[in-house]
Amino acid sequence: MKRFIGFIRKEFYHIFRDKRSLFILFGMPIAQILLFGFAITNEINNVDIAILDHSKDATTQEIINKISASKYFSIDAFITREADIESVFKKGKIKAVLNFEKDFSKKLIKENVATIQIITDATDPNTANTISNYTNSILQKYMQEQNKDIKPIYTIIPQTRMVYNTELKSVFMFVPGVMTIILMLVSAMMTSISITREKELGTMEILLVSPLKPIQVIIGKVVPYILLSVINAIVIVVLSIFIFNMPVEGSLFILGLESVLFIINALSLGILISTISKTQQTAMMISLMGLMLPVILLSGFIFPISSMPLPLQLISHVIPAKWFIIIVKAIMLKGVGITFIWKETLILLGMTLFFIGLSVKKYKIRLE
Amino acid sequence: MKQENVIEVEGLTKTFGDFTAVNAITFKVKKGEIFGFLGANGAGKTTAMKMLIGISNPSSGKATVAGFDVYKQTENIKKSIGYMSQKFALYDDLTITENITFFGGIYGLSRAVIKEKTDILIQELQLQDVAKQLVGSLPLGWKQKLSFSVALLHDPKIIFLDEPTGGVDPITRRQFWEMIYKTANSGTTIFVTTHYMDEAEYCDRVSIMVDGKIEALDTPKNLKKQFGAESMNDVFLKLARG
Repeated sequence: MKRFIGFIRKEFYHIFRDKRSLFILFGMPIAQILLFGFAITNEINNVDIAILDHSKDATTQEIINKISASKYFSIDAFITREADIESVFKKGKIKAVLNFEKDFSKKLIKENVATIQIITDATDPNTANTISNYTNSILQKYMQEQNKDIKPIYTIIPQTRMVYNTELKSVFMFVPGVMTIILMLVSAMMTSISITREKELGTMEILLVSPLKPIQVIIGKVVPYILLSVINAIVIVVLSIFIFNMPVEGSLFILGLESVLFIINALSLGILISTISKTQQTAMMISLMGLMLPVILLSGFIFPISSMPLPLQLISHVIPAKWFIIIVKAIMLKGVGITFIWKETLILLGMTLFFIGLSVKKYKIRLE
Repeated sequence: MKQENVIEVEGLTKTFGDFTAVNAITFKVKKGEIFGFLGANGAGKTTAMKMLIGISNPSSGKATVAGFDVYKQTENIKKSIGYMSQKFALYDDLTITENITFFGGIYGLSRAVIKEKTDILIQELQLQDVAKQLVGSLPLGWKQKLSFSVALLHDPKIIFLDEPTGGVDPITRRQFWEMIYKTANSGTTIFVTTHYMDEAEYCDRVSIMVDGKIEALDTPKNLKKQFGAESMNDVFLKLARG
């Protein structure tokens, strides 16, 4: 036990004396969570739009007021000619133009139909879509208000309710993802690098010749990273609760246990990577390409798995991060207990055992 | 000096698939001897050494190191030997004292013993002024002496040196061999691989491996006589060229 503590102390010297690993360990999680929370968002806020009003009558004015009153849009310019549309878009600031046709009120009264053209800058398709949806819903609401005295013959009113993330805050979606990425990064990449570093320096050989058993060496290398990863997970959860008001509906205890399971899973992947790579660079490349990319692209963190082509959906099943994100979302947003996520937990556990078994086997082969 | 064998090897073989890296080597090393283990790159010295220090399982043959069997008692072997590789593997980002404490710790030395040994070692190597400095900032020669001393920390019966003088200047090499002599005189057996044939002359006995086999084994003096050569370098060239 005393040997073990000495080993771990040594490992912490390595970590705390290396500015790069310190930055990855502590700077990265905070930077990422703030970045994803504040900067990268699917919501739109105060999008600049321009109005091209050919009618300038009471109705168009009322609609324009409604739009400018919403927090989603701010009216930046009033243009007068169709020809100006292109030039305002080219300047780049304005993302949408609302084009009211001539004699808007009159047509509405006489023919019951009038047209507004919504022109959006689709260089960013997601924003363009959101803008057009938001505008539509404002117009819809306005129509309902106007028509409330008339009794329609036949009406279907869809009542949409978004549950578990009522305000559709994208940060709620990102927090589980960022947590997954950070834990993966710290646990898998840092351990694989630190083990291969010992190999590269030749100290691994010295350790293997010492009375320490190989398994003790590996556990000694891994324990500090378990501790640091747990601290990281706590930092991320605390940040997201206090800065982004992220709810934790479920039990923090279960969240903690699941995180430890995922951390061990990532660590065993890290050990596996270190058994197949000779240099720190290789370990880093394998970790980045082989772990980070799938975690970002195929885990459902950013792109929904259900809309991927079938082969990618199948691949996503073998990515541990996918299951962990499902678990974290379920605990934090839905507040479910273990009874609802035992399947995902079991899959994660199975993968962990598989990776541990595989790396032990690989490790033994190396020693032969 | 008692004629006690600390290493006994008989027909030790290691094969990787079809390739025989070490082919039935047989030799004995006496207590307190400086035993030179020579051979060209790829001749199988490292593989042979790995079997003796307990990190590689032999395919066949018998061997005991410090009286322990290389198949079953590797734990005991590891406690009885010291090992220093050509990379002078100390941690660059730890200070001298931290390195000593760490390596002493993994060999299970108590804190008091480590403290005592550290003081002696730093005094002997005259490292008082730099004891609290990171090892990375030391010149190569110092690192090498330090890592030799660290390998001796737990008073091993045998110390294995894998090309310990690669890349250091002649003066430091000289000083290093003085340390080796001193250690051997105190009864520790030295098992050393080297590329430098002048160093082979310093050894009590030398074995030369060619293609997995030990082709020659004797004192440098006898070997030179046997091959009618001026120096160990000539002996080696004659053997290696076949």
